[in-house]
Amino acid sequence: MTDYYDDGDLDRFAEVGTYRPDLFRKFMEWYSASLSEGALSKREKVLIGLAVAHVLQCPYCIDAYTKSCLEEGLNLDHITEAVHVASAVRGGASLIHTIQAHNAVERLSL
Amino acid sequence: MEFQEALRRSSGYPLKALGITTLQVNLGYRCNLSCKHCHVEAGPSREESMSPATAESILSVLTKTNISVLDITGGSPELNPSFRSLVVGARESGCQVMVRTNLTVFFEPDMGDLPDFYRDHRVEIIASLPYFREENVDRVRGNGVFRKSIEALRRLNRLGYGTAGADLRLNLIYNPQGIYLPPPQSALERDYKKELGERFGIFFNRLFTLTNMPVGRFRDFLARTHNLPRYMEMLKGSFNPDTLGSLMCRHLVSVGWDGTLYDCDFNQVMGLPLLSKYPRTVDDFDPEVLSRREIFSGEHCYGCTAGQGST
Repeated sequence: MTDYYDDGDLDRFAEVGTYRPDLFRKFMEWYSASLSEGALSKREKVLIGLAVAHVLQCPYCIDAYTKSCLEEGLNLDHITEAVHVASAVRGGASLIHTIQAHNAVERLSL
Repeated sequence: MEFQEALRRSSGYPLKALGITTLQVNLGYRCNLSCKHCHVEAGPSREESMSPATAESILSVLTKTNISVLDITGGSPELNPSFRSLVVGARESGCQVMVRTNLTVFFEPDMGDLPDFYRDHRVEIIASLPYFREENVDRVRGNGVFRKSIEALRRLNRLGYGTAGADLRLNLIYNPQGIYLPPPQSALERDYKKELGERFGIFFNRLFTLTNMPVGRFRDFLARTHNLPRYMEMLKGSFNPDTLGSLMCRHLVSVGWDGTLYDCDFNQVMGLPLLSKYPRTVDDFDPEVLSRREIFSGEHCYGCTAGQGST
């Protein structure tokens, strides 16, 4: 499984549109529009992308958004902080479920 | 797609000069640094160096033409024995002089008075500083380079360089520290001014962002890491026809350390002189012919036309 992800495969993304190109085209338009500068700057958007990539642990997305961050002039401090935010939210999302465990204990207890 | 085909599709073929405002002169490949991205592969052991006779020929061109800017580069151009006389002569002929300096050369033997020399002759300084963090700069340029660069910038600031409105212009150059395109220039300039200002009290006029050209040491790195095809595809995919009007090759002639004429410094390193129908050396300089010449282009030209351009 060490070859399961090949970094060259990212360049083949367009092959997804071989079948149902209409759907792939819609995805690409939506994707491009979402990443374009708007109320949020390009920098903010690529940092969000990087954070999400780490939560999803998608190798392609991590490589692509790390490069995007560098192309926005960001550095390892910015990148690391963004991943900490993603990880902290992810950790907090697990931790808050302690309340569900406590509730379950309450329900199961005499 | 070949670069010429990209030009044809953008109605930019053949690529021609629009005039000659600048004479760019490479004084040689000797340098006190050996930066990983250097397109001329400069270093302390390089011996290519412009002769005093060729430097005299350059001054003769400046005297006989209406070229208004002399752009001096290297290597570290300050290490060439003819450097100072070239600057003085160009200023006496009424030219604006800009020097591309690595800053750290100020700390080499007999170079301590360079900042004063620059100030006295109103030389515009184009200084390499690939980023505003020590670890980024030292990784590309060598240990201790960032701290020396900061000290050099402080000295220049003390002499009046970099102040808004003053005629002592100090501009910095960013280039990516790896396999990616440069950030938007204006946003990065704000970052540089904030970081260098708050942390070191340094000020400067403008930041220019350059793309790493797939030439010299950077090309070797790309080939060694099997990234050359991908980098070239990235440059081609970022081709921006809006950059064609301001390409530096359309506004200057480049003179190599041996006096050979080129369309740009990159063609020089690649051994691609002007097309054979044009003058070959600075001694045959013909401004009328050269200002309308057709430019020799190739795949590496995608480096200057990618994204927002790189000039």
